[in-house]
Order: sequence, then C-alpha cells, then structure tokens
Amino acid sequence: MAVKELLDRYTRMEKLPHIWCPGCGHGIILGSVLRAIQRQNLEPDKTTIVSGIGCSSRAPGYMKFDTLHTTHGRALAFATGVKLARPELNVIVLSGDGDCAAIGGNHLIHAARRNINLTTVVFNNSIYGMTSGQYSPLTPHKRFATTAPYGNVDHPFDLCQLVIAAGATYVARGTAYHTQMLIDLIAKGIERKGFSFIEVVTQCPTYYGRKNKLGSAIDMLNWQKEHGVPVKAAAKLPPEKMEGKFVIGELHCTQRPEYVEEYQRIIDRMERE
Amino acid sequence: MGENERQAVLMSGNEACVEGALLAGINFFAGYPITPSTEIAEGLAERLPRHGGKFIQMEDEIASMAAVVGASLAGAKAMTATSGPGFSLKQENIGFAAMAEVPCVVVNVQRYGPSTGLPTSPAQGDIMQARWGTHGDHPMIALMPASVQESLTLTIEAFNLAEKFRTPVILLLDEVVGHMREGIVPPRKEEIMIKKRKKPTAPPEEYLPYRAEPDGVPPMANFGDGYRFHVTGLVHDETGFPRGRGSDGDYLVRRLTNKVKNHFVPMVEEYLTEDAEIAVVACGSVARSAKRAVNLGREQGIKVGLVRPISIWPFPEKAIKDLAGKVRAIVVPEMNLGQVALEVERCACGKAVVYRLNRIDAELITPDEILAKIQEVK
Ligand SMILES: Cc1ncc(C[n+]2csc(CCOP(=O)(O)OP(=O)(O)O)c2C)c(N)n1
Ligand code: SF4
Repeated sequence: MAVKELLDRYTRMEKLPHIWCPGCGHGIILGSVLRAIQRQNLEPDKTTIVSGIGCSSRAPGYMKFDTLHTTHGRALAFATGVKLARPELNVIVLSGDGDCAAIGGNHLIHAARRNINLTTVVFNNSIYGMTSGQYSPLTPHKRFATTAPYGNVDHPFDLCQLVIAAGATYVARGTAYHTQMLIDLIAKGIERKGFSFIEVVTQCPTYYGRKNKLGSAIDMLNWQKEHGVPVKAAAKLPPEKMEGKFVIGELHCTQRPEYVEEYQRIIDRMERE
Repeated sequence: MGENERQAVLMSGNEACVEGALLAGINFFAGYPITPSTEIAEGLAERLPRHGGKFIQMEDEIASMAAVVGASLAGAKAMTATSGPGFSLKQENIGFAAMAEVPCVVVNVQRYGPSTGLPTSPAQGDIMQARWGTHGDHPMIALMPASVQESLTLTIEAFNLAEKFRTPVILLLDEVVGHMREGIVPPRKEEIMIKKRKKPTAPPEEYLPYRAEPDGVPPMANFGDGYRFHVTGLVHDETGFPRGRGSDGDYLVRRLTNKVKNHFVPMVEEYLTEDAEIAVVACGSVARSAKRAVNLGREQGIKVGLVRPISIWPFPEKAIKDLAGKVRAIVVPEMNLGQVALEVERCACGKAVVYRLNRIDAELITPDEILAKIQEVK
C-alpha cells in the first residue's frame, strides 16, 4: 500500500502537523506502528489505542481509531479495562520510558504477569521529553539531565528483562533507526496472543541529545545503528564486545494462558452450572 | 407470589450495595481490597461472572479507577469500591472521568483518617474530599445512604445518575451503614427504573463526541462501535481533541460544572420540619440517631425536625436556605470536625444559628447526645 493510502486509512491528517520537534524519533515509531497495524490488517473500528502522558503519548491523537489519552503512567490500567470489558477489540498501548518504567512501572509488571492480550510499545528516548529533560529510569548512569546536572547517580534497568521475568509472552527491542525490523517486531507483537512488549530505542535531540552533546538527530540515529546488535550476532560476540551496546530483535516468545480468555472460561463454566 | 408474601432479607449495607449494582446492570468491577469496603469486591467477584460480567482485582486503587474508566468507554456499566486511603489514590482518575465525561460509580465506605487512621472505625471525614478530592473545578455528585435498604436503592440511583450526566458518581457510605445488618425488601427488576447513557444518533462522520445537547450532556458512543473518537484529560473542544487556549478551558469547565448544577435535583429527606423551630441536619448513619433524637424531643414537646441530605453533593442548598428561614437553630451532628456544618452555615446565611456537634473518637453519636444539644439550644 502506498504511503498515501496508509495515511488516508489510519491517520487523522487534519491533525497534522504534529507537535514533535524536528528530528524527534517518535514520528518514526508512530509510522512503524501504523505499518504493523496495516500488515496485521486490523479492523480500524475494532482497534483502540491507549496512551499515558508525555511527548510519545501524544501519538494516538494522530491515529484514526478509538483513541484514549489517559493520565501519566496509567495507560496499561485503562487498557486493561477496555480489553476486559470488550475482548474483541485489538488494544495497543503507546507509552514513554518515564510513563511506563517510572510512574507506570507497577502497572507494567502486573499487565505482564496477567499475560493480558495487549500490545505495548515503549518509546524509550532515555529522558522525560515533555517536561523538558529530567532523567528517567532508563537514563544511563553518569548521563546528564536537567535534574542530573552532575551526571546521573541512578543506574537504568533493562525493561525487557523486567517484563520477561514478570511473565510477558512476547518481548522485543527495536530502534527508530532499524524501521523494517521494528515493523516486523510490532506486527508480531500484535499477532501474538498475550502480553506483547516492544521497547523502541529512539532519540530526543532536543533535550537528551543537546544535554549530552550527542549531535544531531542523524548522529543519534547513527548511534542506534552502531550500538544496536541483532540477537543472533550478539549471541556470537564475547561479553567485552557487547560493552556499551544493546541487543535488538525478538528477545522472548513463549505461550501461556491469556487473562481475558481464562476469565471467559469461568463465565462459561458459571453459565453451564 | 403475592405482594405480602415478599420476604425481607437480612444483609449488610455493603451486601446491599452489591445487590443494587447488579440490579442496576453492572457488568464490570475493578477494585483493591480495603476495610471496610472489601465485602463489595468479594460479593461482586462471586456474582459478576454468573451474570456474564467481569471482575478484576487490580494492583492498586489507581489502576482500579483507571480500569473502570476504560471499561466504561468500551460500553460497560462499571464500578469500583474503596475506603479512605484508596479513595485518596483514586482521585486523579476520578478527575479524568469528570473531564472526559465517563460514567462510573465510585463507592467509598468511609473510615477513620487521616492516613491509615483507625481502619475499622467509623467516621464521616471524607465529605469534602468527595467534593474536592481531585484537582481543579469539576462537577461532582455524591450520595449518602443512611440504611441498608437505601444502600441498595442509592447504588441503583448512582448508576442512573452516572449514565444520565456522563460523570463519576460517588456513593459515600460510612462504616456503620456498610457493616450494619438490617432486613430489607429488594425491589424486583421490573420495579426499578434503569437509565442508560444517550447514544449518538448522528453517523460516525458527523459525530461530535463532546457536543452537549440542551441537557448539557453529549451523547456517548462506545469504543468499538465505529465512531473512532478521541478521549483526553486535556482541555478539548467538541471534537474531543485538545485545544489549548484559556477560553477553551473556560467554556469546557463551565459546561461540565453547569450540566450538573443546572440539571441535578438535590435529594433530601425532611422529617417533622413543617412546624419546627429547631432542626437537625445530619447524613448517613448519624441521621438515624438524629431521627431518634427528634422523636424524643417531640415527646418532650420540643418543636424539632430533621433534614437529611441524601445527595451530599450537589448540596441541597435550597432546602437548607428555606430551613434557615423557618427555624431558630440548626444542630449539625457529624462524625468529623465539621464538614457538613460548613455547607449548612454557608446556606443558612446567618438566618439561623448553626450549632455543631462533632465526634472523632471512633464512637457513634448517640440520640441522647443529639437530644442534649437540642435541649441546650432550645
Ligand atoms: C501524575 C503526573 N506527574 C507528573 C506529570 C508531568 N509529566 C508529564 S509527561 C512526563 C514525563 C514524560 O516522559 P516520557 O514518558 O519518557 O515521555 P516523553 O515525553 O519522553 O516521550 C511527566 C513527568 C504528569 N503529567 N502527571
Ligand atoms: S522534546 Fe524530545 S521527545 Fe519531545 S518531541 Fe521534542 S525531541 Fe521528541
């Protein structure tokens, strides 16, 4: 499908231009989500997009579906209500690293634990963009932020490992640079039943880039290209060669009973009794 | 079965709330356990799947409130129940429901606070939090039952009002009403009136999800019905999309406030106020002691009556104004340091003297105490 068709079918063209800064990676991720939706041929009327608060969470406003822009960190909890109340809907959650890993971290763990059939895409730009550059739980150690003027004391954690441990059944990591791979990963996340989680490493040139002297958006994309190592290649590299790099691709794919179906089984049993 | 053969059933206020919710057609509940509200979650965990509905215990009260709003947008009749600390946690998303106009019912079985307070002891300390707990100006409807029977009927009413006004409605029980057991006669399905949210009549291309009709309320589509609309807590226009000018906020927040202010009829019970010279204004379980005190006072020849706000929010301003024009003194007993009294004083405008009677020692206010106050101000 040509770009025009994609835009006509899935975007609210009248809401453009978007609010994001020049060079921001969020638009690339939005485009990849739309292409994945198209590939999976989701029925637009039966698809709901839910987000929290942040630059990334403004994405649903441009998407021609039922869209729900909630409160900071709570997207997964709202989405759980939508999905459980109306299981036939495809529910996709878009969130930022602050939204999802800080204030919303508890909801993330529990959505993964329930293995509820939601697809979550986290726009990880290592910073709080919307509030102008404070550190997030995914800001690397010693990096700078407006609230880390002497270098970040905190250490980030690996969100993908966290949700795998919590029970998610599909977990992947992509970047804004590797768009074809990203579309594949999101499409598979949508296709898989259960809790699917895709972390996307992306760039915020305005705050994270500037504060840490990382150059232009192009430079930041090149950094993603050079530091994102595909799963297969990473498996062959000795640990010292992976220093400072991160693994991209499908990290985890398994099967476990899905929450809404399990609940429906109880309803069916009650009806038979 | 004939009318006179109908059996009274013994149940608690919390159990009656469950029955009321089921009669109102609840099909979604999300909650988190907390004394003294837990029986509501337990009851619905058992009953909802038997009616094809869904129950979920979320990871906390913030998530419960969020899930309820999400479910309601997908078309469910949704409720959550909690007590003090949990009610505090729900506030941000209650504000979201008010702003985005999402019908839902929030039960708060009040307990002694602040903080963890006395978890199993009664209090009425959340009157003001029910009104102003979330930030910013917003509409609020809160109902306060005084009996087990009323816990049932007002739960139904709470759902009806939520659907009618597209707004969160708070059912403010107190621990006494929640845990007290009384014989009640549950209404039959055919005896109750069920109100459902207005559906759009316009086709999806023309649907404006936030264009209010003359009753102040916009029709509401469900997610998944093909309307593909946007919902946000940001200030938005009739299309539902953000609009950032101050004047947009002014228009929206006034409309939200006025839809309730101009169309909601406050609910009050008046008892022996016709010729009263002294009145007691009391809510929830305290109103039961107050009624007894009024009866005792009448036996002693004191012209005393009772006004019981059933809808604590919007506060029955006119009833209290009229009352203040009629009586000399108003006694306001409550299990807090004076929250309803603030409203009574405001509405009385100095036309009647307002006397407070407050207890915060986790004990009920007895009829004798209220009677003593009546005699004192006589
Ligand atoms: C309860 C609450 N706390 C704080 C905020 C302020 N706030 C808005 S967005 C945001 C962080 C967003 O960062 P992230 O999720 O990483 O998204 P980004 O803007 O970087 O895309 C914060 C702290 C808020 N809106 N609500
Ligand atoms: S502040 Fe950063 S995250 Fe936000 S739009 Fe600008 S570049 Fe993107």
